[in-house]
Amino acid sequence: MTAISDRDQLSYIAAQAADARVNVELETEGMTLNIGPQHPATHGTLRIVAKLDGEQVIAADPVMGYMHRGYEKLTEVRTYPQVTTLINRIDWVGSFANEVPFILAAEKLMEVEAPPRAQWIRTILFEMSRIANIALFLGDMGLQVGAVTPAFFAFRDREHVLNQIEAVTGGRFHPNFDRIGGLKDDLPAGWITETKRAMKKMRNFCDEIEGLLQGNEIFEARTRGIGVIPADIGLGYGLSGANIRASGVDWDTRRDNPCGLVHNELDWKVWTHVDGDSFARFWVRLQEVRESTKMVDQLLDGLPSGPVMAKVPRIIKVPAGEAYVETENPLGVMGYYIVSKGDLVPYRVKIRSASFNNISITPWLLKGVYVPDIITILGSLYFILGDIDR
Amino acid sequence: MDAAEAAVDRARDELLAQLTNDLGDGLVESHLVPGDDLWIRVARGAWVETAEFLKTGLGFQYFNFLSAIDWMPSPFGRDMDSQVDIELGHDEASEVDSSLEHGVAGGETRFQVFARVNDIVNGLGVTVKVDIPDDDLSLATWTGVYAGADWHERECWEMYGISFDGHPGLRNIYLPSGFEGNPLRKDYPLLARRLKPWPGIVDVEQMPGDDDEEESGDDS
Repeated sequence: MTAISDRDQLSYIAAQAADARVNVELETEGMTLNIGPQHPATHGTLRIVAKLDGEQVIAADPVMGYMHRGYEKLTEVRTYPQVTTLINRIDWVGSFANEVPFILAAEKLMEVEAPPRAQWIRTILFEMSRIANIALFLGDMGLQVGAVTPAFFAFRDREHVLNQIEAVTGGRFHPNFDRIGGLKDDLPAGWITETKRAMKKMRNFCDEIEGLLQGNEIFEARTRGIGVIPADIGLGYGLSGANIRASGVDWDTRRDNPCGLVHNELDWKVWTHVDGDSFARFWVRLQEVRESTKMVDQLLDGLPSGPVMAKVPRIIKVPAGEAYVETENPLGVMGYYIVSKGDLVPYRVKIRSASFNNISITPWLLKGVYVPDIITILGSLYFILGDIDR
Repeated sequence: MDAAEAAVDRARDELLAQLTNDLGDGLVESHLVPGDDLWIRVARGAWVETAEFLKTGLGFQYFNFLSAIDWMPSPFGRDMDSQVDIELGHDEASEVDSSLEHGVAGGETRFQVFARVNDIVNGLGVTVKVDIPDDDLSLATWTGVYAGADWHERECWEMYGISFDGHPGLRNIYLPSGFEGNPLRKDYPLLARRLKPWPGIVDVEQMPGDDDEEESGDDS
């Protein structure tokens, strides 16, 4: 081995310096990518401003407000029965479930209790709106990774549930059926057998989706280990519903804090998953739909007879006080904090919607992921924009 | 069921005792509804301390929501130029009463921030309130304790004009930047109602053949 001559060393240094210069010249600035407001994965108009370094996200900032309708302000000038019309439109895919916690909170302040039959029918419709809502998610989750068939199946089979909801309430999307003290009407004739048939169809739908997606190599590769949320982080951000149960937190308001609904009289199971990734969120929701169809079957079997409306005054005045009621809605925990001053209208209604908290984790969660994964992560968090913007 | 309810009550009593013990003078007032819910009102200086104690000391890991209440009644009344008011003998003049009437757990100031956190293991929730003096609408941020408070504080800031000291990025969340005013304050007019009276109240007119007005429960 010969010693390196000065000349060699000099040329080496010069080459290194030239390289460095080239690198400096080629150094790129981060790119800003706008996703939305009109992207199919955003279920409405959510815009995400992502700063990219190559294919990697270094910062993501969701921009909301394109659909802010000011419901909290509007509730202050509506009477209590009129408020349900507004809050139907918060999560427009599972509308009936939106009405339930508000009505329960108002009933709590008025110390009115709905008759047993009304409570059971409420629970049936509550679970049916969950099925209609999450069926859409199950189809959509395939769409996020490029599989179009599940989406068609979802839209086809969701109709069975929506038809049943329409048969009772008269509205496919906005039932506006829940009343303080009970329900507007009883079930129509022949509804129970039809609904049982629809529940069977939904179970078949779940099997179909499972067959199409679970085990599919592309689907698994795009969702396993992607967008992992540890339980403690999820709790700090206030995640709820399947999003937190997919991180191994065994918490379901239907079981742990059932106020006004009759879930505790049924035989069912809260599903959790330990992984906390996009796949786990998909899987937990799939099991939840199955569980809900079973719940509806049991509810239909055990439906008590009797009136569906308690005695309430014609003009509803809610006594002064404050109450907070939350229920396990399709998207997660939804609650209403009602401040009443004994008037016809609420003094203040704080709407705690599930998606607002669920999506507030995105700046943390999207940091460091690759661009195509943004879509699957957002899809798996599953939000409805009306539920964020209110 | 009764045994379970009693157990939860004991849990709430114990919780309140622990909070009183730890916060001392920081805890101003409390309100406990057995088997239902717990409210506490803390001093402004003890706001972050309360969060820290709830999270690390008592296991309230779940951040539920944060918002504010404006206790000054709207100077515009209820904006409901309605038949019902006449039926109930409502006096329009008494409507525009600007005295502060606070709710559960009391209060002294016009603005109150309230937040709710949960202990999901034991199924307990607590609503924490704090008074914000009119001459200094600000409060220390909870983002250091609960990461989820970030967006809720941004919403509260734009809707009520209450700023949060130490918040990482207090900017508009729903409203366009440059929006003037704080829409959820009671003295912020709802323009739609100023332009056109609300017709939505007519459906509580008496139904034909409906004699017993107060106790008819079939329709509402």
